[in-house]
Amino acid sequence: MAEAVIRVVGLGKSYATAAGLFPALRGVDLTILPGEYIAIMGPSGSGKSTFMNLLGCLDTPTMGDYFLTGENVAHMATDALAKLRNRTLGFVFQGFNLLPRMTLQDNVALPLVYAGINKEQRRQAAREQLDKVGLLKYAESLPSRISGGQQQRVAIARALVNKPQLILADEPTGNLDSQTSEEIMRLFGDLNAEGITIVLVTHEPDIAAHAKRQVRFLDGKLVSDHLTEQLPC
Amino acid sequence: MLKAMLGEAWLAMGANRLRTALTMLGMVIGVGAVVIMMAIGQGAQYAVQQTISTMGSNLYIVLSGSFTAGGVRSGSAGAPSLNVADADAMSELDGVTNVSPTHQGTRQLVYGSQNWSTQVIGTTPSYLEARAWSIVNGAAFGDSDVRSSTRVALIGKTVAENLFAGDDPVGKTMRIQQNPFIVIGVLGSKGQNLDGRDQDDTVIIPLSTAQRKVFGTPFLGSVRMIMVQAESAEAMPKVEAGITALLRQRHRLREGMPDDFFMRNLSAAAESEAETTRTMSILLGAIASISLLVGGIGIMNIMLVSVTERTREIGIRMAIGARQKDILTQFLLEAVMISFAGCLLGLLLGLGIALGINAFTGMVVVISGSAALVAFAVAATVGIFFGWYPARKAAQLDPIEALRYQ
Repeated sequence: MAEAVIRVVGLGKSYATAAGLFPALRGVDLTILPGEYIAIMGPSGSGKSTFMNLLGCLDTPTMGDYFLTGENVAHMATDALAKLRNRTLGFVFQGFNLLPRMTLQDNVALPLVYAGINKEQRRQAAREQLDKVGLLKYAESLPSRISGGQQQRVAIARALVNKPQLILADEPTGNLDSQTSEEIMRLFGDLNAEGITIVLVTHEPDIAAHAKRQVRFLDGKLVSDHLTEQLPC
Repeated sequence: MLKAMLGEAWLAMGANRLRTALTMLGMVIGVGAVVIMMAIGQGAQYAVQQTISTMGSNLYIVLSGSFTAGGVRSGSAGAPSLNVADADAMSELDGVTNVSPTHQGTRQLVYGSQNWSTQVIGTTPSYLEARAWSIVNGAAFGDSDVRSSTRVALIGKTVAENLFAGDDPVGKTMRIQQNPFIVIGVLGSKGQNLDGRDQDDTVIIPLSTAQRKVFGTPFLGSVRMIMVQAESAEAMPKVEAGITALLRQRHRLREGMPDDFFMRNLSAAAESEAETTRTMSILLGAIASISLLVGGIGIMNIMLVSVTERTREIGIRMAIGARQKDILTQFLLEAVMISFAGCLLGLLLGLGIALGINAFTGMVVVISGSAALVAFAVAATVGIFFGWYPARKAAQLDPIEALRYQ
C-alpha cells in the first residue's frame, strides 16, 4: 500500500469564545491515499471548513495529529507551514481569489515566486499550466477581462503550477452557474485521472457525486464515509 | 525574488497613482525643505567664515588706557601709555607672530579735483601680514619707510575708485592734511567686516609718517593701539597672559594697581558670530526635519490603509505559500520605494529652489554632497521606520481571517 497523502488521527480544534471553549472539530480520523478524489460534505457549522483549514495548513489543531505525506505538521511553525502550502498543496477557492492587478500569467506564476524559481522558468511553467486549462491566449490579460468560469480555471492552473501532491478545493463551483460548474468538475475529473489527489469541499450533492469517495461531517464529527458508487441514490 | 517583489511594489504604487503621488509629496516637501534650509544655513556659515578670514586670524588689539583729568575721564586709548618699545618687546614673546603698532584716524584726501574722507592707518609692514592683506597693484612699504617717515601710501579699493576714478593710482601723488603722499600700491579687496563697515575704504601709511605729518602726537613713539597676532588659536591664552605680564612689568605696575591698557580678542567676537550662524543653521535643519517626519507619518498612514485594503490579497498570497517574511518585505519595499522616489524629487526641488534663491536674491547658498547624502539616508530610514509597523501588521495577519475578509 502506498503511503497516505493525508492521515489525520483524533484531530480536534477548539476556538475560544466568550462562552468558553467551543469545539468545532471533535476528534476526526481519516486517511486519504494518493490518487483519491474525495468530497467533504456537511451543513454549515458541521466543522468541514475548520477541517479544510487544518488540511490546508492554514491553521493548527488543538489536539490530534496530522500527517501530510508522512510528515506530522500538527505543531509546525508558521514559516514551515507556508513552505508546505507552497510546495505540497494547491488551493482552489470559491471566490477564485486571483490578484486583480496582475496578468493571468503572473497570477499563475505567483506560487513559484515564493518558491524562489527564476523568471524564465516561472514564465514557462505558468504558460504550460494556462495551456492545460485552455486559456493560454489570455496569458497577458487581467482577471477582470475573463468570465468567472475562466477565472476558476486560471485558479486551478495556479494551484497546479508547483506540481503539488494534493489539490484542496473549497466550494469551487459555489459562484458558478450549473453549466460552468460541470466544466470545472470535468477538469477536476481529468486531473484526477492524471493521478492528482483532490479533496473537494461542497454542500451540493450533485457536485459531490463527481468525487469517487464522499465523507460527511456533522457537529464536528465524521459521520459517514462511502465510495460514490455505493451511495443510495 | 527581490526583483519580482520590486516589480510588484511598482505595480502597487501604480494602482493608485493619485494616492501614491500625494504620499510622495509629503516626502518631497520634507526633503526639499531640508535641502533648502541646509543650503541657506551653510551659505550663511560660509559667508561669515569668509568675513572672518578677511579680518585676519588669532588677533588681539592692545589699547592704551584711559586717563582722568579734572574729573573728566577719557575713553580707552586716551592716555599715552603704550609706545613702540612696548610693541618691540611684545614681538619677543613666545607664540607671537606679528606685532603692529598702529595709529589711526579719519582724514580728508585730495587728488586733483577730487576729495574723499577716509580712515587713515599709520602702522608697520607687519600689519598687512596680520590682517592677511594683499597688494594687487604696486608694492607695500618696508621697515625703512617707517624709520625714515617717508610719505608713501597704500590705498584700498574704495578709495582708489572714489579718488582716482579709473586712473591708475600707483605713482600718483595725493594729499593728506596738505602733505603730499605718493601712492605706491592698491590693497586687495576684503569687502565688509562683521559690523558691515567697508574694509576697503582705508589708507595705510608708515606709522612714523602718520604720527609726525598726519595726526601729530605730543609724545613721539607713543601709540594708541598695537595689533598682535598669535601663531595659533591654541596659543592665544598664553599670548594674552604673556602680554599682560610684560606690559605690567614694563609700565612698573605694582600688585593691586589696575592695568593701564586694554586688551581685546578680535577672534573671540568672530568666533561667537560663527557660532551664531552655526546654531541658526542647525535650527533651520531641525525645523525642516519636522516636515520630513510629517512626510514619514503620511507614508505610515497610507501603508496602513493599503494593508487593510489588501487584506484579502495578503490572505491569498499566504495561502499559496508566502511566508511572513515575504509579506513584510513586500510592504516594506513599497514604503521604501515611495520614500526614495519622494526623496529624489525633493532633492531636485530643493536644489532648484536653492539655486533660484541664489540667482534672484544673491544670498549665498552652499550645496554640499553630504547634505544630499544625509537627506537620502534619512529618507530610507523614514521609509523603513514608518513602513515597518504596517508591514509587520500585514505579515502577522491570520491567513484564514485574511481570506475571509471582504
